[in-house]
Amino acid sequence: MSKTTVTIGLASCGVASGALPVAEELERLLAGREDVEIKKVGCIGYCYMEPLVGVERDGKNYTYGKVNVEILRRIVDEHVNGNKIVKEHLILTDGTGKQDSDSGSENSRMEKQVRIVLRNSGLIDPKNVDEYIAREGYQGLAKAVQKMSRDEVIKEVLNSGLRGRGGAGFPTGMKWRFARDAKGTQANASNPNGTDKYMVCNADEGDPGAFMDRSVLESDPHSVIEGMTIGAYAVGASHGVIYCRAEYPMAIQHLDIALGQAREWGFLGKGILGDPDFDFDIYVKEGAGAFVCGEETALIASIEGQRGMPRPRPPFPANSGVWKKPTNINNVETYANVPWILLHGAEAFNRYGHGRSKGTKVFALAGKIKKGGLAEVPMGMPLREVIYDIAGGIENDRKFKAVQLGGPSGGCVPEHLLDTPVDYESINATGAIMGSGGMVVMDEDTCVVDVARFFLAFVQKESCGKCPFCRVGTKRMLEILERITRGEGVLEDIDKLLSLAEQIKDGSLCGLGQTAPNPVQTTLKYFRDEYIAHIVEKKCPAKVCAALIRYSIDPSRCIGCARCSKVCPVKAISGEVKNPHHIDEEVCVRCGLCKKTCPVSCIELSSGDTDPKASVA
Amino acid sequence: MTAAIAGTISNLETRLTPIIERYRGKVGVAIPLLADVQKEIGYVAEEAVEYVGTELGISAAELFGVATFYAMFRFQPQGKYVVRLCRGTACHVQGSGRVAEQLERSLGIHDGETTEDLMFTLQYVACLGCCSLAPVMLVGNDVHGRLTPEKAVAVLEDLRKAQ
Ligand SMILES: Cc1cc2nc3c(=O)[nH]c(=O)nc-3n(C[C@H](O)[C@H](O)[C@H](O)COP(=O)(O)O)c2cc1C
Ligand code: SF4
Ligand code: FES
Repeated sequence: MSKTTVTIGLASCGVASGALPVAEELERLLAGREDVEIKKVGCIGYCYMEPLVGVERDGKNYTYGKVNVEILRRIVDEHVNGNKIVKEHLILTDGTGKQDSDSGSENSRMEKQVRIVLRNSGLIDPKNVDEYIAREGYQGLAKAVQKMSRDEVIKEVLNSGLRGRGGAGFPTGMKWRFARDAKGTQANASNPNGTDKYMVCNADEGDPGAFMDRSVLESDPHSVIEGMTIGAYAVGASHGVIYCRAEYPMAIQHLDIALGQAREWGFLGKGILGDPDFDFDIYVKEGAGAFVCGEETALIASIEGQRGMPRPRPPFPANSGVWKKPTNINNVETYANVPWILLHGAEAFNRYGHGRSKGTKVFALAGKIKKGGLAEVPMGMPLREVIYDIAGGIENDRKFKAVQLGGPSGGCVPEHLLDTPVDYESINATGAIMGSGGMVVMDEDTCVVDVARFFLAFVQKESCGKCPFCRVGTKRMLEILERITRGEGVLEDIDKLLSLAEQIKDGSLCGLGQTAPNPVQTTLKYFRDEYIAHIVEKKCPAKVCAALIRYSIDPSRCIGCARCSKVCPVKAISGEVKNPHHIDEEVCVRCGLCKKTCPVSCIELSSGDTDPKASVA
Repeated sequence: MTAAIAGTISNLETRLTPIIERYRGKVGVAIPLLADVQKEIGYVAEEAVEYVGTELGISAAELFGVATFYAMFRFQPQGKYVVRLCRGTACHVQGSGRVAEQLERSLGIHDGETTEDLMFTLQYVACLGCCSLAPVMLVGNDVHGRLTPEKAVAVLEDLRKAQ
């Protein structure tokens, strides 16, 4: 019998879903088996189906979802030992899967994707460099260093049309050219502009709701290291820094392991791949949790050990970055694309794409959707297809309301714009931005005014405080939004918000302040009615804003079971057993626990129908 | 002055010397240095910062300037379990606000505070990168996903009972 490999996904999402006990059981069940190998892999993006277990044999690959210890025992028993597929838990069939009668229930989700960045994620053991190498790893680097000049590498990246995946979408090849042209010291024959330059990877991923960088670093760290090293060759850098947030311990651990292996293999260090003039090494710098540190100049300050305060540009990092040396900064996903581009060519890359956006984009799908996780799609796929076909549509089949793109710098895209293709320009035209690729989907039970308030609170807290407009202006906006969500807004507030938005955009030094008003502007543009409902009718249509909602008990249906009064954390519910109960609205904190507990659904949630205060008996 | 400092936190000098040696003569070390101090002492204690600062020739004001800027640094002793509740977008949309309220009520503390019995420190964080399991909290190193207010409280109650 040929060798069988059983994979288990152990990225953060897998571990959080309970993959560790499954992995332990797997090791116990297969201990001492020569014919079966266990492979600990990262994440294939099917986070909603974790823990994931795969069985590979004879070039065929089957993945099972939501595996617990019992299901695992069946898989080992029936599939690994008995060669019989456990159909009801099968989610994905690879390889020859399509023509198989036993194709997995989630196959179509994979078929819609094009995986360049995620080419290895979930398939290889991130701690094992051999597996990376077996899948074309470091061949892009070898081709660049051994067969191409530095100019040719830059040209290839430029021709590919690759643009930065960290938010702004600046052409990567152009950035590299600036850094190459910058004058550094320590010139040598092949590198007259000098080599003491910095190649920095921005792995701060400060945008809440985005997790693709974490997943790539955990699942395929070598692809980022290889991309950075190719970049270092092209611009002539000798120092590399990966700035990774400390909240990602597994990413940091996997990076450290991978860096050690890359050094051992001669992909990092002195005279890389036989080029005597190419010395380059990378170290990991842990961030310390400040959103603004993702901004390039703040990131540089933070690498130098200072407070992460942005500074005005110019000088640009390309000319004066880390320790005043020429510095190139790219995002994790940007670098992960590079080895593939070098190996397969610019043309292969820009065969995918739409308009001026080439290649693919990885999206982090979260919010009120059925299938949260990661997906890599060709640029240009309509939002609707991403949300309905890949993310599975709205949870509990509620109605779609908006999708938030680009995090605190982005905006909410409403239903009527769902056919917008995902490319930088089309997304910008809606008022949102592509950003780093976080998509948080909202349904009719989400209040967009509350969401705008949420983002303002976020940027207000994260502003470094240097620019008065960013510091004070966002605070004013937040105060107004808080008033509106409390039902104390007035119509003039809308104009005030809009004019503050303009002032903050004009008066801020860095991207944080310049984009902070976006969530408010887009929600005002597409959901002005909801603001008006809060202000004029004192009503929260989504029934979210605590001050504008009320819980009440329908006495005709209440059976007096008293369960609600037991769960109420503030003792707002009174009544005798077997008699209708009553909620004291003055005491009620609107947590909704009673409504969830009531066995006969007699507790009603309403907003604006009556004035909550007036109805207190 | 070292003797006076060493009085408040036991063995301050012995505990900090290896850290100081690690960073002596290096530049741009404020963040990892503070992180190591925090790991050793449990928080960024004033006397510890003054001590390492004097030894390394970095002013305490500069170190505090850096420490207060970043969310990862704490200035108070911490509870046995640090409860990091995600208040990121995905978690917010999935109801982490209600979870936060309920945790605050049941623990009797707010963001950044520690319970009197030193069992729990509550901390709100921007995103744990597990958005597909929202709402999420990290207790120690364990991620708890798909939280409800009741479930979150139950997790902590179980920990307390296990004492
Ligand atoms: C406030 C702020 C936060 C940012 N956070 C990040 C981040 O977490 N990760 C990232 O890659 N880029 C972030 N950026 C964008 C970076 O400054 C920079 O444009 C990017 O890293 C460049 O890489 P790219 O060209 O490969 O996209 C942020 C920008 C701003 C203004
Ligand atoms: S815009 Fe805001 S975050 Fe950016 S430098 Fe100014 S105050 Fe700091
Ligand atoms: S928003 Fe909570 S884990 Fe990302």
